[in-house]
Amino acid sequence: MSVLVYIESPAGKIKKSGFEVATYAAKTAKKLGVECIALLIGKTEDGGVLGEYGINRIFQAAPDVLLPFDAQSWANVIAEAAVKYHAQVTILTHSSNGKALTGRVAVRLQAGCVSGVNSLPDITNGFEVTKSVFSGKATATYAIESEKKVISVMGNTLQPEIVGHHLAIETLSIPMPTPSIRVISTQTAAGIVPLPEAELVVSAGRGMKGPENWGIIEELASALGATTACSRPVADAGWRPHHEHVGQTGVAIRPNLYIAAGISGAIQHLAGVNNSKVIVVINKDAEAPFFKAADYGIVGDLFEVVPKLTAAVKKYKHG
Amino acid sequence: MNLLVCISKTPDTTSKISFKNNDTEFNSDGVSFILNPYDEWYALVRALELVETEGGKVTVLNMGNVSNDIVIRKALALGADEAVRIDGEPTDAYSVAANIASYVQSNPMDAIFLGKETIDFNGAEVGAMLAEMLALPYISFVTKLEKNGTNVLITREIEGGTETCEVEGPFVLSAAKGLAEQRIPNMKGIMMAKSKPLHVIPVVNGQSRVRTVRFTLPAAKTGVKLISPENMDELVRLLHEEVKVI
Ligand SMILES: Cc1cc2nc3c(=O)[nH]c(=O)nc-3n(C[C@H](O)[C@H](O)[C@H](O)COP(=O)(O)OP(=O)(O)OC[C@H]3O[C@@H](n4cnc5c(N)ncnc54)[C@H](O)[C@@H]3O)c2cc1C
Ligand SMILES: Nc1ncnc2c1ncn2[C@@H]1O[C@H](COP(=O)(O)O)[C@@H](O)[C@H]1O
Repeated sequence: MSVLVYIESPAGKIKKSGFEVATYAAKTAKKLGVECIALLIGKTEDGGVLGEYGINRIFQAAPDVLLPFDAQSWANVIAEAAVKYHAQVTILTHSSNGKALTGRVAVRLQAGCVSGVNSLPDITNGFEVTKSVFSGKATATYAIESEKKVISVMGNTLQPEIVGHHLAIETLSIPMPTPSIRVISTQTAAGIVPLPEAELVVSAGRGMKGPENWGIIEELASALGATTACSRPVADAGWRPHHEHVGQTGVAIRPNLYIAAGISGAIQHLAGVNNSKVIVVINKDAEAPFFKAADYGIVGDLFEVVPKLTAAVKKYKHG
Repeated sequence: MNLLVCISKTPDTTSKISFKNNDTEFNSDGVSFILNPYDEWYALVRALELVETEGGKVTVLNMGNVSNDIVIRKALALGADEAVRIDGEPTDAYSVAANIASYVQSNPMDAIFLGKETIDFNGAEVGAMLAEMLALPYISFVTKLEKNGTNVLITREIEGGTETCEVEGPFVLSAAKGLAEQRIPNMKGIMMAKSKPLHVIPVVNGQSRVRTVRFTLPAAKTGVKLISPENMDELVRLLHEEVKVI
């Protein structure tokens, strides 16, 4: 018996979210008293480092090539590995690729599946996991009742923990089926932590008046090392790119810190951000609904407050 | 093109969420329901646009009970040609996918469109499961789709960016923002919807593997701490010392 965790390595690199899920898997395996096996697909820099996070064995399929993502063939490899190593629990990341894989792997393994899990499983009574539902307005506890289980873990569920040491990687010879889709190109903004993985987020809404004013938001974000986000009308108006839109119909995030400037706090906006650990709201209207969901509030004009906050952050960072 | 759009019914986005039966079931008293926004705004509209330019037929499919017919009629009013309702309670993503797969096995489609996720249970699971059951490619979170001869060019969201790929032959996709522009049903559409076919078919596979143990509501925030706009040093101190997020 084992716990198998598939670790993503986009463009050949394991990201922080990969170490998070490695830690999650190692802790789950420990609870269950079984071995924890990590699976890598395609060429990956320094996969052996996963051992430091408590993984017992690391396997790598197609170790020599940088493979373009194909959910169908990758799910096949993950499921085959799960069968080969008798995984009772198979764990993936609740990322874009993870969302395309998790359901497929579950079908292949005839396993019960919960995606977007946000805490370690409770095994006192079967196998229970929790996830955020109703766009963050509630938490559900689910029992997976099938023998095999597949889960995907939300970003920022656990911090990576170093508990072991570097391991040698074993090659897994599973033939890679021919991909059914042809990836033509990928476009990613370099150097920015993507929103779903960001620990610090600075967000702004219609109170900004226009796209030309976003400089102060970007300065605050860069002082903090944060990622920028926005409300839906701002993305709809083309003031900001769509991928920055957070909320019920945008990206749902759960950073450690969410700073919202000039956002009223409509229920649909809150739905995507109310799992943030700490919320700071800057709004000139003391009656803005967002203050009810906030930990810290500043009633004032964002055009004055934001630059002052940026200055204070810089002062703190540079001593 | 023969297109299938899977549509689900979800509580209105402004709904107050509460539970019943020892917190094991969603309390729908006084809640108004809508078509899941991703299914309606993006999946359905893009499917309609494709059929408008390429010819063919759009079928909408829902698994649920008779109370769903109102939202199914809305999809017909928006322009879908016919509707199918699989008459059973959707208990988990697996049973929904299994039932849709069984329908598609006897009614082959050129493509199957779903929404990115349902806004109530936020699974984002049905599409991947369905694709695996049908042994078809699945492209998640699609923001753009164009025909390219006999192939289809698809752009999807990935972390911090997009990926463009080419697919040939039948596929399953889930629709995200950007794929199409929301449409509002007009009077003619609403009238025509009444006479469009809505086939009700029995459930073939009701097995579910996941049981809801309980729902819990988040603990209310203890109240906001107001900080003077003149004292941003204090805010930074609190973020660092009190809540330790920076
Ligand atoms: C089905 C549905 C889904 C939706 N999904 C989403 C979603 O996913 N995400 C989302 O964000 N919205 C969503 N919305 C829209 C949502 O209801 C709100 O309309 C939207 O969030 C409001 O955006 P805003 O706060 O930027 O703008 P507004 O509501 O206009 O608020 C602007 C705020 O800025 C403040 N302000 C103005 N000037 C200043 C200043 N100088 N200094 C400080 N404060 C200032 C104002 O007091 C006000 O509170 C959805 C709506 C529907 C119906
Ligand atoms: N009961 C249902 N009937 C038909 N389609 C559904 C149903 N539930 C979910 N779907 C489809 O599956 C998508 C993803 O749902 P989910 O995996 O539940 O988040 C939705 O956007 C719909 O397109």
